[in-house]
Amino acid sequence: MENLLEIRELSKSFTLHNLGKNVHAVSGIDIRLGEGDFVGITGKSGSGKSTILKCIFGTYRLQQGSIWYNSKKFGPLNIAEATNRQMIYLRKHEIGYVSQFLTVMPRTTARQLVKQAIVEMGRDQVHAEKETEQILSHFELDPELWDSYPATFSGGEKLRLNIARAMVKKPRLLLLDEPTASLDYESKIKVKILIEQLMHGGTSMLGIFHDLEFMNNLCDREYNMQNGVFTLSH
Amino acid sequence: MTEFEVPVLSIKNLNKQFGPGCDHCRNPEPLTLIKNYCSVCGTVYACRDVSFDVYPGEVLGIVGESGSGKSTLMQCLYFDQETTSGEAYISSYQNGLNNLFEESSQQKRYIRNHLMGKVYQNPLSGLRIDFSSIGNIAEKLIAAGSRNVGMMEDRGSELLSKVNIPVHRRKEAPKNFSGGMQQRVQIAKALSNQPPILLLDEVTTGLDLSVQASVLDLIKSLQREMNISIVLVSHDLGVIRMLADRTLVMLEGQVIEQGLTDQILEDPQAPFTQSLVHSLL
Repeated sequence: MENLLEIRELSKSFTLHNLGKNVHAVSGIDIRLGEGDFVGITGKSGSGKSTILKCIFGTYRLQQGSIWYNSKKFGPLNIAEATNRQMIYLRKHEIGYVSQFLTVMPRTTARQLVKQAIVEMGRDQVHAEKETEQILSHFELDPELWDSYPATFSGGEKLRLNIARAMVKKPRLLLLDEPTASLDYESKIKVKILIEQLMHGGTSMLGIFHDLEFMNNLCDREYNMQNGVFTLSH
Repeated sequence: MTEFEVPVLSIKNLNKQFGPGCDHCRNPEPLTLIKNYCSVCGTVYACRDVSFDVYPGEVLGIVGESGSGKSTLMQCLYFDQETTSGEAYISSYQNGLNNLFEESSQQKRYIRNHLMGKVYQNPLSGLRIDFSSIGNIAEKLIAAGSRNVGMMEDRGSELLSKVNIPVHRRKEAPKNFSGGMQQRVQIAKALSNQPPILLLDEVTTGLDLSVQASVLDLIKSLQREMNISIVLVSHDLGVIRMLADRTLVMLEGQVIEQGLTDQILEDPQAPFTQSLVHSLL
């Protein structure tokens, strides 16, 4: 397999039993992503952008088409046919996902949250502790917050923590679902710096950005979505 | 797809029925069944053709409404109930070759005492409520072959402090304790023989939120530190979301859907699962 990710003819619809209807989210999507590529998706809300990312991450089940991912562990793998256990492995080791919402374990401190992500990958505690502190400082999260629960954080702090947690794993493929949507300018700059670092490290990224001009000079390609299909790409 | 890891516990085609069954309901396409109850002979089909695998260090969630067969399934796994038919294998027992359900009752006792721990929804089912807490733990240790009193005392105290029962209350009987404390004594007891598999049946149901939180945190840390595989039955999707990697959905004795927990919650397929998820959100 030449590319890291090859999406062919991806379609996804949702059957809503209580309403007795079928909602088409995306149809006939093709995307190719090489190693170290950064591809952006734009489009109005509701056009199906997040659906694509959630299909790749395995949160949504695929009905038609294929998502070929060239895994380090499993070799070329169609995510539509991967077992749940394979997806769990990939999420721990190879594929990261950042949304604009922080999903946290209750009663887990910011430090534990980031550290767990590193330990999950098999690193030792000392190493994990050091990396955790590095990334938390990079995002200028007040050290006083490190040992408190993210549930009490401001929106921006939560978001920065969320991104830190995903980026610290240096995944091979990182899915970004509008991670900077509600960040202030300075935080966006910090995210951008990390994205650049990850790109140099070989991470491929597929991202939805509301403010793509901001990411523009980073993007190798961008797709525009409308009603579940790509209208143009350049 | 070839598997890259070996399941700790494998369940194949487990069936459990209460009642003899009749010609009507034994039919492959039974017409007389109301949900899982035969209207002719009154047989209840509590578990129907349930199969699943549990992998090392994972938490497998089982959700479903009351009466869907979750607890019966757990009782079958722990040999509290005879299964009607089906197979179960544990990888560390006879190289995973012997069907546990066909083993002698002596071997079943061995498996229960050495390879599994179970925590019941009702502490009365899992504890001797009048014995001291540490005695309850010692009981399981003795069953698993321990004879050294000093060692058992140490181990018991260690476990009780792990589950946040003050060591100075170790000689008190669980009947003096609150529901949450009783539940934690049960967990300590279930863990005493360091089982690779832990069965948790509605362990937080009926506990108040803060106590529920401490029990959940305990389970989470156990899984992380000891790499135990856990089968977690709950009708509370919040609990499942917090703890389970993968989830099975049961309805009328059958597994109607399974997947990654976020799949079940965000892209539920079956009508029942959709209505279950909608009642959470």
